[in-house]
Amino acid sequence: MSEVRSNTALPTPVPTINPDSAEFWAATAEGRFITRRCTNCAQYIWYPRPICPFCHSQETTWEPLSGRGVIYSFSVVRKAGGDWKGVTPYVLAYVELDEGPRMMTNIVDCDVEQVAIGDPVEVVFEDTGEGSALPRFRPAPR
Amino acid sequence: MAEDVVVAGVGMHPFGRHSGRSLKDLARVAGLRALLDAGIGPQGVQMVYSSNAMAGMLQGQEMVRGQTVLREIGIEGVPVVNVENACAGGSTAFAQAVMAIRSGAADVVLAIGFEKMFVADRSRTLDALESAADLDVVAGLGIQFTAVYGMRLRARLADGSIARQDLADVAVKSHANGVRNPYAQHRVQVTAAQVLESRAIADPLTLLMCSSICDGAAAVVLARGGALPQPGRPTVRVLASASTSGFTLDPAGGPSGATLCAQRAYEQAGAGPGDVDVAEVHDAMAPAELLYAEQLGFCPPGDGARFFRSGATALDGRLPINPSGGLASRGHPVGATGLAQLAELTWQLRGEAGERQVHRPRIALAQNSGGWLEGESAAVNVHLLERTQRWT
Ligand SMILES: [Zn+2]
Repeated sequence: MSEVRSNTALPTPVPTINPDSAEFWAATAEGRFITRRCTNCAQYIWYPRPICPFCHSQETTWEPLSGRGVIYSFSVVRKAGGDWKGVTPYVLAYVELDEGPRMMTNIVDCDVEQVAIGDPVEVVFEDTGEGSALPRFRPAPR
Repeated sequence: MAEDVVVAGVGMHPFGRHSGRSLKDLARVAGLRALLDAGIGPQGVQMVYSSNAMAGMLQGQEMVRGQTVLREIGIEGVPVVNVENACAGGSTAFAQAVMAIRSGAADVVLAIGFEKMFVADRSRTLDALESAADLDVVAGLGIQFTAVYGMRLRARLADGSIARQDLADVAVKSHANGVRNPYAQHRVQVTAAQVLESRAIADPLTLLMCSSICDGAAAVVLARGGALPQPGRPTVRVLASASTSGFTLDPAGGPSGATLCAQRAYEQAGAGPGDVDVAEVHDAMAPAELLYAEQLGFCPPGDGARFFRSGATALDGRLPINPSGGLASRGHPVGATGLAQLAELTWQLRGEAGERQVHRPRIALAQNSGGWLEGESAAVNVHLLERTQRWT
């Protein structure tokens, strides 16, 4: 179980929730990080979807993720528009999860000038206030 | 080899900020110039593929965009197919036109792309650009395309295969070419120091490395070989047309969409990257040229910067890349860009590119990518064009 918090530095827009993603978003509100895993080829699938993009099997199930990974690459965004205009600089990153997939996310709770490729990170959930929370990542001990 | 399809005419409206002009104005100029270049009138067009990405959000013209601009120039009563494929829409329209001719459905087809990104509220343009991704998955992340390219390049800076100086130098080269292109948006020579000192947008990218908001239009008339004889002018033939959608990257790695498309195109043409004499690649951020040189097979993986430093990609190099100035300098009005690339290459193959003419090219490659899906472009098209007559 990871932290779910409502006091956030970045905007937390409410995601679009559909029948395929409802279980994922319900889990985020409880601080649980899950995704689909293929029972045929054993790959973890990000983003979660019912059909495996690697072997096209429909035999996929929800499985917990450790919520840990490393920064694969990142960019410090210094100019942005809309709701994001007031929160620059912020970090957009690919995090390579311990289970394999790379996901796009934000790195939070960090000095943006110190973020580096290979840094270990852990998930933290940022509450949207509408029964869902956005998975973001923060620096973690090695 | 499928039946010959030739580029019979090309035309552009200059790219830039055109505040007093409407979408119809932009499309009219590009469309009429392409018809004129092909030596036909509006009645000669049998079918149209029309590319625009953002007029739904920016001008409120969510539907029938092609029909609304085409009737301005008297193209009516023919099939008009509206195409949207983010930044790759223009080349998608071109690819569909090639298919229509090869299928026998038509002999003369117009592919036209137009975009007007300058609107009163700039944040609407940024929102429209953001929608080139899967918003269900990334809407909450403050995603912007500069940062997506920034992440690709950051990994290469970290492994030492590209230096920060290369990012600036390639932007200098793009602008040097754009200065010579009367259709380009940014026609100002810049220095590497200016590029590095310009405002940081998304590390490691600075303002002068990036394409910007732009208005413009481009059009191409395609014809079945022999349908529109143009005696006395070199013929530009479509050698290959290859397309792909994005795909989920296998964690074990694998070729990019651009690589897959290029391989398909080389196979269709019975040619290889070594046969390409000039290329226009999708450098929405100028340094992307370094990555695409590798992905298109112009140099070995990891060698993009070395290839660039050798001078091979300069106007007078072995394989000039983006003689037009590319997206970063010529400009990137989303739905028009792919057709601007093909117009540029047609001029290059004919020897009509003026001050930016490269030396006697025979085979040209255009690569146009659009949108973004978890690590890959959502749409990619690669085209190969050939000049059939010898240079004399
Ligand atoms: Zn599978």
